[in-house]
Amino acid sequence: MFAASQNTPNSGWAAKAVAFFKDRLKEKDAHTWVPSLNDVPLHYLKPNSLVKFRCFIQDMFDPEFYMGTYEAVDPSTKAKVLRCGKYKDVTECGVSTTLEPSTMTAERHTFYCVPIPGESPWVKEISSSGQARVVPSTSYAPTRQKRSYEEDDDDMDTDTQPQKQREPHTGMSCCRNSGYFFQPHGNGDCKRREKEAPSSQAASASHLDLNFPLPGEKGPSCLLKVYEEWDGFKLNEAVEVFGILSVSPALSALADEDASSSLLDPAGGMETAEEQRVHSPPASLVPRLHMLHAKPLPHNNPLLPAAGLEDNNSAFLSSTLREMAAVRAELLAYFTHVLLGDALAAEYLILHLVSNVYTRRDVLPLGKFTLNLSGCPAVASFTERFYQIIQQLVPSSYYLGMTLQNMNQMRLVPKKDYVANRLLSGALQLATNTSLFLDESQLEQGQLDTTGVRNVTALGNLISWQKVDYDFSYHQMEFPCNINVLIASEGRSLLPSDCQIHLQSQVAPPDLEAYLGGIQVHPQASQLNKFRMYLSVARQLDYSIADEVTKSVEDDFVDMRKDDPQSISAEDLHRMLVVARLLSLSLGQTSLSRDSWLRAKHVEMLRRSRMEQNKCVNGNEP
Amino acid sequence: MSSPLSTPGGRKRGRTTNPSTREFTCPPSTWPQVGVSRLVPTVPPNEVDMSSPLMYGTPSSRVEGTPRSGVRGTPARQRPDLGSVSKAPQVDLQSEPPSADGAVASEANAGQRHRKIFPLSLFIDPSSSEDENTGLDLNEPLYMQKLEEISVVGDPVLNVNCLHVQSFDAELYRQLICYPQEVIPTFDMAVNELFFERFPDSILEYQIQVRPYNALKTRNMRNLNPEDIDQLITISGMVIRTSQLIPEMQEAFFQCQVCAFSTRVEVDRGRIAEPAVCRHCNTTHSLALVHNRSLFSDKQMIKIQESPDDMPAGQTPHTTVVYAHNDLVDKVQPGDRINITGVYRAVPMRANPRQSNVKSVYKTHIDVIHFRKTDEKRLHGLDDAEQKLFTEERVQTLKELAAKPDVYERLASALAPSIYEHEDIKKGILLQLFGGTRKDFSQTGRGNFRADVNILLCGDPGTSKSQLLQYVFNLVPRGQYTSGKGSSAVGLTAYVMKDPETRQLVLQTGALVLSDNGICCIDEFDKMSDSTRSVLHEVMEQQTLSIAKAGIICQLNARTSVLAAANPIESQWNPKKTTIENIQLPHTLLSRFDLIFLMLDPQDEAYDRRLAHHLVSLYYQSEEQLEEEFLDMAMLRDYIAYARTYINPKLSEEASQALIEAYVDMRKIGSGRGMVSAYPRQLESLIRLAEAHSKVRFSEKVETIDVEEAKRLHREALKQSATDPRTGFVDISILTTGMSATARKRREEVAQALKKVIQAKGKTPAMKYHTLLEDLRRQSETAITKEMFDEALRALSDEDYLTVTGKTVRLLA
Repeated sequence: MFAASQNTPNSGWAAKAVAFFKDRLKEKDAHTWVPSLNDVPLHYLKPNSLVKFRCFIQDMFDPEFYMGTYEAVDPSTKAKVLRCGKYKDVTECGVSTTLEPSTMTAERHTFYCVPIPGESPWVKEISSSGQARVVPSTSYAPTRQKRSYEEDDDDMDTDTQPQKQREPHTGMSCCRNSGYFFQPHGNGDCKRREKEAPSSQAASASHLDLNFPLPGEKGPSCLLKVYEEWDGFKLNEAVEVFGILSVSPALSALADEDASSSLLDPAGGMETAEEQRVHSPPASLVPRLHMLHAKPLPHNNPLLPAAGLEDNNSAFLSSTLREMAAVRAELLAYFTHVLLGDALAAEYLILHLVSNVYTRRDVLPLGKFTLNLSGCPAVASFTERFYQIIQQLVPSSYYLGMTLQNMNQMRLVPKKDYVANRLLSGALQLATNTSLFLDESQLEQGQLDTTGVRNVTALGNLISWQKVDYDFSYHQMEFPCNINVLIASEGRSLLPSDCQIHLQSQVAPPDLEAYLGGIQVHPQASQLNKFRMYLSVARQLDYSIADEVTKSVEDDFVDMRKDDPQSISAEDLHRMLVVARLLSLSLGQTSLSRDSWLRAKHVEMLRRSRMEQNKCVNGNEP
Repeated sequence: MSSPLSTPGGRKRGRTTNPSTREFTCPPSTWPQVGVSRLVPTVPPNEVDMSSPLMYGTPSSRVEGTPRSGVRGTPARQRPDLGSVSKAPQVDLQSEPPSADGAVASEANAGQRHRKIFPLSLFIDPSSSEDENTGLDLNEPLYMQKLEEISVVGDPVLNVNCLHVQSFDAELYRQLICYPQEVIPTFDMAVNELFFERFPDSILEYQIQVRPYNALKTRNMRNLNPEDIDQLITISGMVIRTSQLIPEMQEAFFQCQVCAFSTRVEVDRGRIAEPAVCRHCNTTHSLALVHNRSLFSDKQMIKIQESPDDMPAGQTPHTTVVYAHNDLVDKVQPGDRINITGVYRAVPMRANPRQSNVKSVYKTHIDVIHFRKTDEKRLHGLDDAEQKLFTEERVQTLKELAAKPDVYERLASALAPSIYEHEDIKKGILLQLFGGTRKDFSQTGRGNFRADVNILLCGDPGTSKSQLLQYVFNLVPRGQYTSGKGSSAVGLTAYVMKDPETRQLVLQTGALVLSDNGICCIDEFDKMSDSTRSVLHEVMEQQTLSIAKAGIICQLNARTSVLAAANPIESQWNPKKTTIENIQLPHTLLSRFDLIFLMLDPQDEAYDRRLAHHLVSLYYQSEEQLEEEFLDMAMLRDYIAYARTYINPKLSEEASQALIEAYVDMRKIGSGRGMVSAYPRQLESLIRLAEAHSKVRFSEKVETIDVEEAKRLHREALKQSATDPRTGFVDISILTTGMSATARKRREEVAQALKKVIQAKGKTPAMKYHTLLEDLRRQSETAITKEMFDEALRALSDEDYLTVTGKTVRLLA
């Protein structure tokens, strides 16, 4: 509805409007006024209103040229009206109006966005509870207010305004111009839609593949129209978008037509039906969102201040840093309990969960810490329970059971579908810092086929180089990623890993079943929230190594090599440096201290001695 | 002849649409395809389409039956590529850009331009080096020669390089770029007049069409923006889809059902104005369309995608729709990399054909005027396909860098800076990146001489071999990375599959073919199956791949350098064994590697300290600090590309002498101990390495220092890989025959000793295997292992002295 005020031809309005929204959103709590597409069902949202969407850029479509401004002539009155096409999908003109050639063409980009893949239920819950519930009255209040800011409202719109107010509840309303340019059948069509929409959403989603990266995901996806600085967006980026919702049924009309009628259109005739279905899905399923403002999400943990840590949130930061050691101790105790009383494995699990690829050197990602937790008991679905616990703690995660069927049939690597001209998503198209849980205990005997081999290779590449090669059929394209991979296996994993630790159960086998049944007792909500905050904060801290510590680390290395050159290789030093980094961060220290280095050395030594031991126990371990 | 209003060179302006006529859109592809498009020529020979912008004779001046020559006798052909078909849409949104010189289409101006074009015929471009100008005399007017060619060949298409136009007349060029729709027809006119003036008797199928190409600089698809609409652009990309042939109606033929009166209606902007009333008998709605007599032109939709090289990281490639018309249809195939010159168009989309509200979005496409395949040369020539263009300054910086005395060391250290030391290996890989000079000896029967350097890295796991491979793969433009574990023979070579769209058998090429002119990185070389490895034999020496599958027999080029990494079979390198024994690769394959490096963990304190420092700094140094130290990757890439494209060093006299000496020396070393220590293959390797090294220096001549470095590096690699662990000498036969000469000598000795033992036993025709071994052990002063004994027995049975059956040994004769 503020889109209404944008028909004025004054040129600076676009920048002004964006700046206005940015300012408003900076205000405290301002963002909570705006209904979110993530948790409010689409049919409760009013078209052409401001909404926000926490989403993940799954695909980037080709740029579009649209009419920036155009002049419409009403043939009966010969009145010319200059209109603006920005933030809109459909031009506003009646059956007989003709468009004057004084058109300004402008460019915009379309991104296909889906909710963040693998977002944990608790994230959804918490972020939606902090939201203003959208009932018509509340959503009206802010918009009324905003309207008053825009003085230059043109008269065409003021007379459509009351009409709009009369139908505030219609979810799929044909909006402002319904009586004005829609033909009777169009109107009826949208009435029908309106009734169906809430119920049919799930049903119709099945025939229209919404292209979620992970199977079994649901939620709204949207076509995001970006008007400026589109180069700043990257595929697989998580962003929070504020924009104008557009669900004009005129858009869906395209999709309703079958292929034969599309051929009647001289311009659209070359587009395959498939492509049309993908690029202009019904607006009731995939709404359009015209972006006013977007900010990249450094994390999607709703418990943390949204702005990220670097912005003067020092008060928050210092208070959490103080508590970190204590929270860490609690978390360690909890993990020790979960991991059958194995404190060392629990320690490594914490390190794994706070790891993060912080930079890359040539091809080498630094800071990744893939953990292979071997020796997982095969009873009582330990791995699944374990995953559920992880899921409770991290903002987004995905469980991939490495069954033969999964490996042979799942599409892990995204693939370009040239027929529909879109990127078919795969399970490895994940947002930054998603926890990927690979359950190797599900592996059974059998033969991997071509897809299977390719999938295993893709997983290996992901772990070693933190990148996924997307399949563009004529060539491959490399997309860097930042995914925490945790492999649970019985023996040593067939995939590479940065670090392997063998679980040593402190629980006698007969009690195992009962014990495992008990591990799922969750800590209290407040404690859980503390853990969640802790993990997200620790991952985002900055880190440095002072010169004097560098020196002592180097000395240590040389000494260790002197004693026994076989004992430590360059690779071991790499790992120890990562462990030391993660250990410091997990304690809330932003620089490496001598103590942490020694502690890292100690922990590594314990782990290695356990591996040696293990090697002696079963000789087939290499 | 519905439109008498045609202006010379201008677009048709008037519309003779009867206001009472009912419009309906013409769905071209819904007509039954009875091969119309191909069978019916676009314009029947004797009916010149008067509305064509190309026709400027008056109808009366054309006399039926005159021989078809001269401008007037040759029919013009519509140019749908210039929009004579799909003209401005009803809502005229894509009209001409608000032009300062709006008179651009006016006749006076057109005539003026027309005259301007004539001198272009005298254009001479002695510097031209383009492939399509082959066979033309560079000192003669270029386009006149091309016209002559047209008169001989009869293909009425004249390709005009826009750069020539620009250097000739910048203003004309600007007009051509901004108003292609108006300017190109004037070009056509001028060329035709000129042509028929010079060759009045030549007969062409239709009038010559001018096809400009190389507009402005070739642009990236990503940079297209609304300002380019209706302008002439050139973009590069890769074809990903081509549609079937679409017959597009040009002229509809209507016949009255009542009186059989027929009339023709031209298609205008994709629509046909169906006459509502028959002019002859005045019956309303009696006219029916007869498709068989309507005229169609060929049209094809092609989708092109940005080529992966010019894309920013982290974004998906864009695609653009391209329409090809008439003879440009089916000129390109999916997978081709092409440069397209054409007119960029935007057409508004209708949300629904039955509703009139227009979606505020345009559909964009390019009407193609000229295709140019960029990878065409790859198939025929040996040149690098990448005509990478370097700016003056870039070349200058590169040359400055090359002039530095330590450029070799600098580049080597810039290679994979995150990997510590291994200077010689990096140098080897650097030389591999540059490669030798290609030589062709096919006249003397030798065929092509391999110019690519192959390198094998072997060593302990975890010595960052894979990292080095990854780095190289990321550095080179045409690199492939495969893992021996996951690849099959067909994955490396080629396989035949059925194309889901065309249902034809197509050859899908694998990693080795794809990395033609690049580097194929193969990790875990040792884990490769034998059958897979066997295909490498041909690739690594002959540099071709022969395929005989599903009726497709062919030989593909695979001029690729192989960079392979192998782990020792026992997971840890055993210094007591030879390279062959450690990695268990067939020696036939090993001998094809120019350099074999061992990546071992040196164990000494100073090294450890430097290593520790390097690693720790990796973890805390900021990005900027590191960049200062090393050349960045882009620079290195440009340097290599420049050297590969422009530098072709030749051996100088001294260098050849030095090479000869080096080779003789290598042979001498061995001959003292009764073994051969160098083969011609090693000499070839030396030559390649020396050439590569002179390329590093940007030198056109291979000099002694290049040979010195090649020798040093080769010796260094040999020292590591071909050292006989028993004697400590470098022994090339380890790599060439899989066995060191000393080992062979010892086997001989054992066999002789065994023979003596048997002879000492006197006349015993059969002996127990075990007792014989015991006897031999007692006799011999060195320890005899079971393997050695078996080998000796085999040697003797080869001499037909004895046979071994189970546990008994029988004497023969």
